[in-house]
Amino acid sequence: MQRTAMDLWVGLFVVMGIVALMILSLKVGNLNVYNPAQSYTITGNFENIGGLKVRAPVKSAGVVVGRVTDIQFSTETYDAIVTLSMDSRFQFPKDTFASILTSGLLGEQYIGLAAGGDETKLQHGDKLMKTNSAMVLEELIGRFLFNKAAEDDSL
Amino acid sequence: MFKRIVSSIRHIGHQTIEGAWRLGVATRFFLLVLLKSGTSLRRFGLVVRELYFTGVLSLIIIVVSGLFVGMVLGLQGYETLQKYGSESAVGTLVALSLVRELGPVVAALLFASRAGSAITAEIGLMKATEQLSAMGMMAVDPIARVVAPRFWAGVISMPFLAAIFSVMGVFGGYLVTVVFIGVDEGSYWSQMQSAVDFRFDIVNGFIKSCFFGVAVTAIAVFEGYDAPPTAEGVSGATTRTVVTSSLVILGLDFILTAFMFRGVS
Repeated sequence: MQRTAMDLWVGLFVVMGIVALMILSLKVGNLNVYNPAQSYTITGNFENIGGLKVRAPVKSAGVVVGRVTDIQFSTETYDAIVTLSMDSRFQFPKDTFASILTSGLLGEQYIGLAAGGDETKLQHGDKLMKTNSAMVLEELIGRFLFNKAAEDDSL
Repeated sequence: MFKRIVSSIRHIGHQTIEGAWRLGVATRFFLLVLLKSGTSLRRFGLVVRELYFTGVLSLIIIVVSGLFVGMVLGLQGYETLQKYGSESAVGTLVALSLVRELGPVVAALLFASRAGSAITAEIGLMKATEQLSAMGMMAVDPIARVVAPRFWAGVISMPFLAAIFSVMGVFGGYLVTVVFIGVDEGSYWSQMQSAVDFRFDIVNGFIKSCFFGVAVTAIAVFEGYDAPPTAEGVSGATTRTVVTSSLVILGLDFILTAFMFRGVS
């Protein structure tokens, strides 16, 4: 085989390998979605975050508008402080309502935002005032049983 | 009776010493190859030539098997996941199993049987036909001239082959589940992207394939260089290359996985 042809094939092979690594990082691993230059962070206190994890999506009307970047526990208020990194293309009113929701019955948990009616928008470093905790199945069943017992008593 | 027990114990001892000795020889050979690889890195044309034989010629088998492994993963994953109504998670299943395990491991197994055996047979035959001794006579170091370029070519091509395998597998899974079965395209990609982490999954898979590349080619060149210079010796060495490197790949994979993915939710 000619030397130049061999060089060409090896070059093609290396380029293919690098392209494959880039596809893995960008398309499969989604390395580019989080760009700190074009995002702003807001925080929210939740009584119970359930199974929420870092990197979980933040959705509004089902569209991904940001990601959870940090989850801390506060010893002052004894609740969870969740930091959200929001895409700066999407501005939300100050009184936006945040709740932890589950996609499907057994799916992953995400934060759903419902926009309020306030004129002023959320700024970088602002805190969400209205939050709703995750639905915990045991609590729900407990409440249901409690209500059921109360109903039975009243009869 | 007593004599037979003693002789069988002696046999075990002999085997152990032989094994340890061989391991020591292999380690010294490996260090020697590393020491003498300066020449092959300076004369990079030698490595490029070997890259053609180990890397480019392995592409066909890697691409085709990657595609089919991905297609089978997609089919089987879909069959199981649809029972729980979460067939949109099939992208996650395909991508995670390929990037973390199947990509590096299966690509390395194929690489060992496709390129590793060829390297062993070539070096073994060179030794049997006294080409290596002839080189030594001409003051050309056979380790620097023959062994080191093959070693580096294998080390370089293995991560690329594993990455190509994974990409083809993800594409095969896409082909079967999205194009043929009709899983939603958006959820295939988005669930995959939210589950696959760059640091944990892709970088770890890449590191794994680098380890496998070093292990497979080191075994292949050593077995070739160490082969008895007969037709039978070369055939035995080729078989040993494939068997040993397959076992080493699987064992190394377990160890690396235990270190990398412990405590990852």
